Amino acid sequence: MTPLPAETPVLSVRDLSIAFGSHAAVRGLSFDIHRGETLALVGESGSGKSATALSILRLIEREGGRICGGSIRLGGRDPAEVTSLAPAALRALRGNRIAMVFQEPMTSLNPVMTIGRQLQEALAQHRGLKGTAARDAARDALDRVKVPEPERRLSQYPHELSGGLRQRVMIAMALLCEPEVLIADEPTTALDVTTQAEILKLIAALQEDMGMAVLFITHDLGVVAEIADRVVVMKDGQKVEEGWTADLFRRPKAAYTRELMAASPRLGEGAPASLVDPDPVLKVTGLTTTYGGGLFSRKAAVAAVSDVSIELGRGETLGLVGESGCGKSTLARSIMRLVTPAAGEVELLGARIDGLSRAELKPYRAHMQMVFQDPYASLNPRLTVRDIVTEPALLHGMITHGGRQEMAADLLARVGLQEDAAERYPHQFSGGQRQRICIARALSVRPQIIVADEAVSALDVSNARRVTDLMAEIQQREGVSFLFISHDIAVVERVSHRIAVMLRGQIVETGPTDRILNDPKHPYTQKLLSAVPRHDHVRPAERPARSQLVLV
Amino acid sequence: MIAYVLRVLAKSAVTLFAIVTVTFIATRLSGNPIETFLGEGLTTEGREELIRYFQLDRSLWEQYLAFLRGVLSGEFGLSFVDRRPVTQVVAERLWPSAQLLLSSIALTLAVSLPLGVLAAVYRKSWVGSAVMVVAFAGYAVPNFILAIVMMLVFSYWLNWLPVVGNGSFAHFIMPTIAMSGVLIAALTRFTRNAMLDVLGQDFIRTARAKGLSELRVVLRHGLGNAGVTVISVIGLQFAGLAAAGSVVVESIFSWPGIGQLLVNAAIIRDYPVLQFGVIAVAIAVVAINAVTDIAYALADPRIRLAKA
Repeated sequence: MTPLPAETPVLSVRDLSIAFGSHAAVRGLSFDIHRGETLALVGESGSGKSATALSILRLIEREGGRICGGSIRLGGRDPAEVTSLAPAALRALRGNRIAMVFQEPMTSLNPVMTIGRQLQEALAQHRGLKGTAARDAARDALDRVKVPEPERRLSQYPHELSGGLRQRVMIAMALLCEPEVLIADEPTTALDVTTQAEILKLIAALQEDMGMAVLFITHDLGVVAEIADRVVVMKDGQKVEEGWTADLFRRPKAAYTRELMAASPRLGEGAPASLVDPDPVLKVTGLTTTYGGGLFSRKAAVAAVSDVSIELGRGETLGLVGESGCGKSTLARSIMRLVTPAAGEVELLGARIDGLSRAELKPYRAHMQMVFQDPYASLNPRLTVRDIVTEPALLHGMITHGGRQEMAADLLARVGLQEDAAERYPHQFSGGQRQRICIARALSVRPQIIVADEAVSALDVSNARRVTDLMAEIQQREGVSFLFISHDIAVVERVSHRIAVMLRGQIVETGPTDRILNDPKHPYTQKLLSAVPRHDHVRPAERPARSQLVLV
Repeated sequence: MIAYVLRVLAKSAVTLFAIVTVTFIATRLSGNPIETFLGEGLTTEGREELIRYFQLDRSLWEQYLAFLRGVLSGEFGLSFVDRRPVTQVVAERLWPSAQLLLSSIALTLAVSLPLGVLAAVYRKSWVGSAVMVVAFAGYAVPNFILAIVMMLVFSYWLNWLPVVGNGSFAHFIMPTIAMSGVLIAALTRFTRNAMLDVLGQDFIRTARAKGLSELRVVLRHGLGNAGVTVISVIGLQFAGLAAAGSVVVESIFSWPGIGQLLVNAAIIRDYPVLQFGVIAVAIAVVAINAVTDIAYALADPRIRLAKA
């Protein structure tokens, strides 16, 4: 029994079924959205959320899927049944009455067209606006989404804008024709927390102004709490629960919803207590790494990391937090000597390793291993898992070819994979399993330190949870130290004994996790923490639609 | 953008210098021209006079410096055959070659871009498959075979087209098709692959979500981006056409262009003509590449702005 507003819905989905080939992606899904309402569609990757969104615009056929049953009804001024519309009528709908904002702002804009032309194109299509009138309307649209210097942006190309600005442009483009329904498919997933907070605020404010219905698709329950009026939880293509956001968070009914909530990282869940005086395994002093500024470069060198000093103790996890572009990854690569630092000292297990030649460095490389962000790109697709996980040990001469099978079995057991995984290839595994393979590979040379660079950022909440749990377990068992790099503070809290906050190439604050979270000293740390969506900040129910509730 | 153009031009100049040098070395490595082409009837005095005249008695290094001086001042010497300045000999051949090259480029673009787009858009229907089969077949037929078969069918049997010469529009048809055949096949395949790549990208989905017509999505957003990739290979292909294609095709159709001139000059070891002819073709090739680089930058703002 879900309470619904009395007003007729703007968009009504009934018994929707979608399939890709013979695989059913969505089965019997029903929901309504009303004017001025935000409905969140929540689920893990593969749950059918995006397929649902694409079906509402009938773009699903283009992605290789098809609608095999049910109805998608657009209400309002001029009702229409989306599933049976002719192509021309569909085009008149798209971008006009139903608009969509996509997940990836970096690739969702045409790189060889100016922002202005991309905006004006939609205006010409649906409003017949041309020339100065179109240009003015495009500028106003950018102004509405608070893009600074809108006039100048019109003649810029997408690659000249940051991710956050591009997503604002995408939103401006979606709102050009004041649609009745806005579909936002993970619109903030690719963005930093502070940018995410701004975009969420923007969408809420625009909705208030324009009264459109928003279908917000996300896997992040923190975002749901922040923005949604109602929530539909999906699993394996089916709705498992629907309800008001506040109710759902207070009393989740379905077991799966509870599971999802338990897996979601949230701030203040408690961090591992700091270790008392661990032996230092890694000591970095005054590290500076610059890019550019070479002999033939006309531009001055840019310091990606400047004067950074950090320490990592045995069995300790240091969380390194900061926005994209702050120099986190460069710092990690400089410590690993994948890039050569310009200045500074790196001490590994009491020995200076900065300034060593490649050959001299080799034995030390075994002590430090790395796990990368993208589990799809960091495994060689042509090697078996057995060869992948044992390759570092082989290169360092720790085993012979004959020992690979045995070692692979041991490593896979340690990361919780079946022994038969050894004979398979990376594409046969899910993202979470691949990240376990990456960890097994790192463990093969018995490292003292594992640098995990955004290692769980590409995984959905449940898988991320399992991988961080695995890391903690390995740390307990084998005493490995982790340098855990992430832009997601809530994940960092869960695994880190201490946190270092990075801003524009410098460490601005460092300390025990509890202290940083509860008593941040630096203004940037405070800003970063306040931007994190919290489950307890459920959006207050206040709009008139809500006052006329009926029970169905 | 101006800085970018200047850099392209500087690179071209360095390339040309290298080509000039290689040309000089290559011609000196291939035997004594006096023996080959003056024949047996020459007296010793006459031979020595000629050797002095063409400075073949100097050391290679001196010959090279003299040659470079000549290149810089535009003096490329006289043809061994008719004692006219080689610049004049080559210049006469330039225009017919350029005409043939330009008509081949125009035909290639006019045919392969639309075909490539069609093959990509209709990749799952018989249209796409048919285009690709034809493109594959075209790729497998060398230009001289295509030329000879066309001559046989259209000139000898049907008597529709003139066999040799360059007098009228009809004269252009077979040489142009022979020149562009393989290129059309290659560029169609390339355009198709570039389009398939682009049509799978996120911004195409964005364009469709805007409600644009499929034609606009494919041409404006699809070809607009695929074009960037296509341009990057087009230059090299056309340059190859200017250098190699013209030699074969002009010889077969007796087209009075540089290709034919070069073949004849090589056979009789007319060094000055050969040297300047090769340099003239090299200039054309380098020029086509420079134009491509600039067009590439114009088509892709990321390159234009990054390198400007």
